[in-house]
Amino acid sequence: MYVEMKQINKTFDGFLASNNVSFGIEKGHLAALLGPSGSGKTTILRMIAGLDKPDSGDILINGVKVNNLPGSKRGIGFVFQNYALFRYMTVADNIAFGLKVQKKSKAEIKSRVEELLELISMQELGKRYPHQLSGGQRQRVAFARALAPNPQLLLLDEPFAAIDAKVRRELRTWLKEMIERVGITSIFVTHDQEEAMEVADTIIITNQGSIEQIGTPEEICKNPKTDFVKDFIDTRRYEALKQLMNE
Amino acid sequence: METYEKGMEKLAMSEKIRTYQQDIVGDGIESIQKVKEPHGDNSGRAVKYALIAVSVLFLFVMLVLPLIVVIVNALRDGWAVYIRSVRDEYTVKAFWLTVLATVAAATVNTFFGIFAAYLISKFYFRGRQLLVTLIDIPFSISPVIAGLIFILTFGNVGWMGDFLKAHGIKIVFAVPGVILATIFVTFPFVFRELLPVMSAQGKDEEEAAGLMGARGFTIFRRITLPHIKWALLYGVILCTARAMGEFGAVSVISGHLRGKTNTLPLHVEILYNEFNTTAAFAVSSILVILAVLILIARNIVEWKQKK
Repeated sequence: MYVEMKQINKTFDGFLASNNVSFGIEKGHLAALLGPSGSGKTTILRMIAGLDKPDSGDILINGVKVNNLPGSKRGIGFVFQNYALFRYMTVADNIAFGLKVQKKSKAEIKSRVEELLELISMQELGKRYPHQLSGGQRQRVAFARALAPNPQLLLLDEPFAAIDAKVRRELRTWLKEMIERVGITSIFVTHDQEEAMEVADTIIITNQGSIEQIGTPEEICKNPKTDFVKDFIDTRRYEALKQLMNE
Repeated sequence: METYEKGMEKLAMSEKIRTYQQDIVGDGIESIQKVKEPHGDNSGRAVKYALIAVSVLFLFVMLVLPLIVVIVNALRDGWAVYIRSVRDEYTVKAFWLTVLATVAAATVNTFFGIFAAYLISKFYFRGRQLLVTLIDIPFSISPVIAGLIFILTFGNVGWMGDFLKAHGIKIVFAVPGVILATIFVTFPFVFRELLPVMSAQGKDEEEAAGLMGARGFTIFRRITLPHIKWALLYGVILCTARAMGEFGAVSVISGHLRGKTNTLPLHVEILYNEFNTTAAFAVSSILVILAVLILIARNIVEWKQKK
């Protein structure tokens, strides 16, 4: 297991956001945290990133307990829901920021930025500012920025929520391909089951702060373990989707 | 925001409705939106011009006329008298004390405003709202009361009177008191200008930078400051304008010691009470000129902010 959550509890002002959450994700996997809004999925992601602290329980990354390690030392890249691009920096400066903070040499930064701009097919747009980009382009920049310091784990908070429905599917495929190409363990948060089914190879279903079920899309559809999962997952949609993907 | 604008543009194109930019709340930046121009029928136009007339008339009586009176009276006895009044020893001393108090207030309140706005907009804790209300107190309290508060705290009979006396520190009826009072009445300005801008920015960008290993000051310098710089400058300008003209609080705490604790506004009052009207207006004109300069600076900043 590359990422492990062990009996995590977390409350915000009396609201139980995580209730005895335990799960593990294997190296190289692409996992989805799926659940209705307010089910505690973003809290889990933020705790893995070190943006929030669990009240109790352990978080392990690559076998090391990271509870008291700041987020910047956990070897993670984080893509925020609205991308949180630095609006007063160019695309290239956004991508370079993490490397500059690490005091990498100028030549190294330059070559890494160029490499990433090529990866996201935006070589020509390095001098643009975030507000001059489309939603899809912004997401790609956020992705490149998160990958720049070579993290071992990529966390994405609702990566498609801010994107037009039309281009969403396209971006989904793109992101899945990219993650496979880079070969990085990734966890993303979503409330859209279709998104989770199509992109992830492991799905973790959350409800009211607890984990309802963990499994592959297939397992969850064929064998929903709780009433909640039965209600939440629309099996017919999955079958239709599978057909669509096979075609 | 973007989709809203696009939608409005489409609407404008399809229905041939003219749109124009309007700053709805009047804070200069946060709320500039494209709005539909109201229907061009005659009743609407009549209301528009009637309101313009009322506003202009009001401003003329309340603002333009008094300003003209100040300038005319200042120059009533000729240029030579004006220059003599302005270059009078006590006037010059009052001018420099005003500058000192203003610079001190602007500096202290800039730092305080940034810290407070950063705290309120980026952290959540119990009593946040209470803190905001406390910071606003100088806006709602009479400056005279503010002056009295300091006398009762730092004066001879005040709470800290004995302690200050024992250590040879003089605050009331001295320059430190003037500075303290000026800081007190102007401390919400920078904070108030920064708070909406910082709150609107959210903390995602700072969190993102933090996750990449940037430290507090780097995050502030590279992420927060570029975002707030115009609002900050605007707040500093407002604070400066208010500090320069402060009368009530300073009047109570200064003791009106000519050449020692007199600021320009206090000096104007003294001259006026001595029936030295021309000199009073001449000194007033210094404040008017400073105010006009600040107004110009304010407009430049506002314009930059919108861009």
